[in-house]
Amino acid sequence: MDIGKDLVAASATPLVLAILSEGESYGYAIIKRVDELSGGELQWTDGMLYPVLHRLERNGLVEAVWGKSESGRRRKYYRLTDRGSEELANQQRQWKVVSETLRSTPFMSFQLTPQGI
Amino acid sequence: MAREADARVLEERIREWRSYVQRRQAIDATDVDELEDHLRNEVADLQKSGLDQEEAFLIGVKRLGELDALSREFAREHSERLWKRLVVAGTEAGTASFGREALVALGLAVAAALAVKVPELFGMRLDGSTGAESFYARNVSLLVLPFLAGFFAWKRGLESGDLIRLAAPFLAGALALNLYPFVRGGSTEILAAVHLPMGLWFAVGFGYAGGAWRDHDQRMNFVRFSGEWFIYFVLIALGGGVLMMFTMFIFSAIGLDAEWLLESWILPCGAAGAVIVAGWLVEAKQSVIENMAPVLTMLFTPLFVVMLLAFLGTMVWTGSGIAVEREVLIGFDLLLVLVVGLLLYSISARDPHAEPGLFDGLQLVLVICALLVDAMALWAILARISVFGFTPNRVAALGENLILVVNLAWSAVLYTKFLRRRAGFAPLERWQTAYLPVYAAWAWIVVLVFPLVFQFQ
Repeated sequence: MDIGKDLVAASATPLVLAILSEGESYGYAIIKRVDELSGGELQWTDGMLYPVLHRLERNGLVEAVWGKSESGRRRKYYRLTDRGSEELANQQRQWKVVSETLRSTPFMSFQLTPQGI
Repeated sequence: MAREADARVLEERIREWRSYVQRRQAIDATDVDELEDHLRNEVADLQKSGLDQEEAFLIGVKRLGELDALSREFAREHSERLWKRLVVAGTEAGTASFGREALVALGLAVAAALAVKVPELFGMRLDGSTGAESFYARNVSLLVLPFLAGFFAWKRGLESGDLIRLAAPFLAGALALNLYPFVRGGSTEILAAVHLPMGLWFAVGFGYAGGAWRDHDQRMNFVRFSGEWFIYFVLIALGGGVLMMFTMFIFSAIGLDAEWLLESWILPCGAAGAVIVAGWLVEAKQSVIENMAPVLTMLFTPLFVVMLLAFLGTMVWTGSGIAVEREVLIGFDLLLVLVVGLLLYSISARDPHAEPGLFDGLQLVLVICALLVDAMALWAILARISVFGFTPNRVAALGENLILVVNLAWSAVLYTKFLRRRAGFAPLERWQTAYLPVYAAWAWIVVLVFPLVFQFQ
């Protein structure tokens, strides 16, 4: 399924923060995790993840360290900061409001699958 | 075996991909490292799922996203990267040597600043209030430029033979200007004092080229260096002016007059130090910042063309000739210097393989206009000289005029050939670099030979 550009952009921050709340990770693994969680439905252009990560880093929501991969190459790992956890909670509340509002509109009667969202 | 070859091919492809991505200004080296790690993971996973390496690589690159879009995203996050940053430090290996270079440059700048003050210990005055008032006027370039030449001698690691050749002009200039029995305030003294910095600047060029002054590329690099150095110097001077203004202002607020401090220390020492610092900065930033001299050239060439055309048109329209005043010849010399400068700097920044364009045509018009204007001025001046005879000033001005006219005339011929596609651009570039020693030779003739010929008048 093709998901609109705006929605992808809007969901990128909470998704990345949520995935990082599971523990330290790096770009490729984050992409894989998104793929896995969405059952392959949510396809990102891989490269676009990095500007997002850099923005989160600049805003202090994640911190990055250069480490080594299994094969000994340089790899940049990202980790959630305290402020990142706060932001994640904040985002959770926002998305909850949005999804609950959507759920109580006729919007959901167009659901494609029997179990809904 | 096949797997080893495969791995080699992959490394080669990743290297190509890296250099391709790195050309994007918004994506810096560490980003590329990060993207490379991603690409490698992707390729490895795709290969595990049964694709061959070539397919895996292609798909991996494709999944990273189209480079234009990607670099736009990076630019949005890192907009500051679109402004080139002055990384005075070498990024990787150069770091250690940078620290030393900065120290050497700053040390030489301080030395030059102090050197300017040393003659005062022996009673020479900057403001000319004692008998030897012209000492500074004659020697100031000898006090400062050796340090700039020294910087390049150190940086390029000149051999002892070249060091002697580099020192010789400074020695010759110092001897001539201080031992020749000049008539105080006479033309030959003033001419020598004015031409010595030019002559010495070419000596600096010898150091800049690391002794390889015959090399045309090195000569062109020195031309570029000179233009950028000048611009840096002017900018530093502007900053220095602001600094001095505030010093005056702040001290006057507490009732102290800081003028003596500015005049006798900050201004002369700052200017001397700025000569070295500007040289060092141009050397350090070379590849980081767009060259300014060619940009200014682009801006001003059309404006000067318009000005000269308007002048020629007015002259034809009103029928008025050039009034030969004392300064006229010098004024027209300066005009030619300017046109040669515009020509030189547009050549220095031009891609020699590019096709002739509008701007080249404009250059030719500029050169021809300058030649026409100068021809008329020369005509008027020659008539005057035949009446009033030769003086050092007239001969010097006339000689300079001839040198510049020859350069421009032949440049016009080469430009015409180039525009009509009879020849490439390279001859034009080579003509300019081949001509540089003529300027140097003339400057030294005025310094060393003129006083003898005109009996130090």
